[in-house]
Amino acid sequence: MDAIILQILNGLDKGSAYALIALGLTLIFGTLGVVNFAHGALFMIGAFCAVTLSRILTLSHEVIDETKTDFLGNPLKVDVPYIYDIFGQATGDVIIDWAVPISILFAIPVMVGIGFAMERGLIKHFYKRPHADQILVTFGLAIVLQEIIKYFYGANPIPTPAPDAFRGSFDFGAMLGFDPNTIIYPYWRLVYFAFAAVIIGAVFAFLQFTTFGMVVRAGMADRETVGLLGINIDKRFTIMFGIAAAVAGLAGVMYTPINSPNYHMGMDFLVLSFVVVVVGGMGSLSGAVLAGFLLGILESFASMAIVLETLPGINQIIIYLVAIIILLTRPRGLMGRKGVMEE
Amino acid sequence: MSNMKLTRRGLIKTGAVAGATGLALPTYLRADGHAGFLNAPQGSTVTLGFNVPQSGPYADEGADELRAYELAVEHLNGEGDGGMMNTFTSKALQGNGILGKKVEYVTGDTQTKSDAARASAKSMIEKDGAIMITGGSSSGVAVAVQALCQEAGVIFMAGLTHSNDTTGKDKRANGFRHFFNSYMSGAALAPVLQAAYGSDRKAYHLTADYNWGYTTEEAVRTSTEAMGWETVNTVLTPLTQTDFSSYIAPVLQSGADVLVLNHYGGNMVNSLTNAVQFGLRDKQVNGKNFEIVVPLYSRLMAKGAGANVKGIFGSTNWHWSLQDEGSKAFVKSFGTKYGFPPSQAAHTCYVQALLYADAVERAGTFNPCGVVEALEGFEFDGMGNGPTLYRAEDHQCFKDVLVVKGKEEPTSEFDLLEIVEVTPVEQVTYAPDHPQFAGGSLGTCNPGA
Repeated sequence: MDAIILQILNGLDKGSAYALIALGLTLIFGTLGVVNFAHGALFMIGAFCAVTLSRILTLSHEVIDETKTDFLGNPLKVDVPYIYDIFGQATGDVIIDWAVPISILFAIPVMVGIGFAMERGLIKHFYKRPHADQILVTFGLAIVLQEIIKYFYGANPIPTPAPDAFRGSFDFGAMLGFDPNTIIYPYWRLVYFAFAAVIIGAVFAFLQFTTFGMVVRAGMADRETVGLLGINIDKRFTIMFGIAAAVAGLAGVMYTPINSPNYHMGMDFLVLSFVVVVVGGMGSLSGAVLAGFLLGILESFASMAIVLETLPGINQIIIYLVAIIILLTRPRGLMGRKGVMEE
Repeated sequence: MSNMKLTRRGLIKTGAVAGATGLALPTYLRADGHAGFLNAPQGSTVTLGFNVPQSGPYADEGADELRAYELAVEHLNGEGDGGMMNTFTSKALQGNGILGKKVEYVTGDTQTKSDAARASAKSMIEKDGAIMITGGSSSGVAVAVQALCQEAGVIFMAGLTHSNDTTGKDKRANGFRHFFNSYMSGAALAPVLQAAYGSDRKAYHLTADYNWGYTTEEAVRTSTEAMGWETVNTVLTPLTQTDFSSYIAPVLQSGADVLVLNHYGGNMVNSLTNAVQFGLRDKQVNGKNFEIVVPLYSRLMAKGAGANVKGIFGSTNWHWSLQDEGSKAFVKSFGTKYGFPPSQAAHTCYVQALLYADAVERAGTFNPCGVVEALEGFEFDGMGNGPTLYRAEDHQCFKDVLVVKGKEEPTSEFDLLEIVEVTPVEQVTYAPDHPQFAGGSLGTCNPGA
């Protein structure tokens, strides 16, 4: 029982990342009809927003420490962050420690800006082209973006830790009456899950309860009619692209303490996120979220030692296996709508 | 191809006849030293092929390897301060290139993919006329390129490759490895782990699901079980895995009190980060502190894991903080040129380039069979690892192994590991027919033409 609860918890944070990325993918597909293979790269760029802000906060000037030597035997140059000079060391340390959460504020405008630039600069030229063309151009863009990141940040993962207050893990087992240490779960992953829930809720609320959201939903259902009513739906859809980019970016920002970001992390999530979208149903926002969590949890269960002993290698194919079964039994996915991707 | 075989047989016959008649004539033809083999250098230059990951996940390690090779070429050509050439016990190298020919080089990108690495090595051999191929950051690549070099008839001086198989079941006559291997890691680590954590421990292994992972798990498991540890579980993890939480979460439930991460590169960074996040190191199991072990450390990778490496034991081939004259000379050369200390990948590649050049000088020919003969059984010192033997039976270097620990108070971004023990070579030496290296044979050297 405790092992099952543990894997459900594990699946939740993985599912949170899948759900957030798939949500953005679905938003873009539902509004603009574009299959965006660069969406994983937006997740990665979000993570590097956190890396960048961490570096900005730790921008330093050198002070020579005559008492120590460097690897060549010269007096050691010690980096002192400028932030110490501005706020003092104690406050400076707190700000640096909280770099990842602070990065949310930094990442939102950056990601929205990148989203606008991507949509206006490149993707809008492919609206009327076949999906295959869209996939090719966005996949190419993803490769370009990751190579740019690699050029500036290198190929190695860059540690971007969570604030000290969220390091370590919470013992759910002890709380639920199991033996201590049987169900432990890192604090930051709980934060990630809560964060994902808030973002998903906010996106749904935005679409459901605002006039802007209502127009967008109407546009998703019938773009032509909304246009005939004199509403500039293209502009709203561009804004939605920016919002989708920000959602992916924020998912990336908050993911950095879970796994040290590297230039390839977007690609690692991209294919799985597409499977999530297809399983959830093309164009279905709630389907994307549901499938994200479902596949995250299933992936966790498939990694259990007892499962691997029975079905070796199942951990590597479970998601695709489920996708095949769902597509065979429900060709539109779990919550897919009639008419989407069927013309 | 058939011509090549005839020539090789001819060479072997010559050697056999010479041996039978009691003449000390080597198996290559000294009088014909610059002909009868593939890519014999023409004119006043010789071309070496540096096959390193320039893209992909190990690109940073590849960049460091390339820096080391460029430094080695400088030193071989008599530029710079000479680095380890000044401390190397063999004095055959004169700083005038190799056999008087200026060293030039071409580079290839392995992408850390076997097929891409073979293609780039093939191109350097066939199009650029490379006489020797060296480099790489993965055992899969090393084994693939080594086999290619054997078929083609050039020498392969392996870069960073740690799997037992490179000089075990996949060894080749034309291939040589300076880097240490999984067995040596296990043999060096076990006594240190016993001293630090005791003999009554339960270990849980997470192992990368590929060749290197298997040999490393086997080596560490065998060594630790021999000193009394129990292995409670071993789980293979996909090489493409990025989030290891679902593999790490059940560790505490298993009753294990040590987690061994047989992971390298991005896998190591992520699995170690995840393990620390789960608070494993803060836990008490079986009345003992829970511990994590990383059998193969790399400073570049340790940097990716950040503070998570603190206090964690592992092994490494070389570290820039060593205080022998060879290491100091290399660190000075490299650090002055590039502004930061070299990695272990850079060290092994630099040493391999010098060892190859030295072997050519001592053999008096670029003929691969002459180089093989010069390297087999070669004993040397002054290259940063103490007295070292290139064993003839398997073309593996035998030297001291470093056991390191993540430093608690690093003074810089390079100062991440501290050496806790230099394990003497005797303790990590094994018989050529050791079960972990069983199967395969060197075969005979191939001069390629």
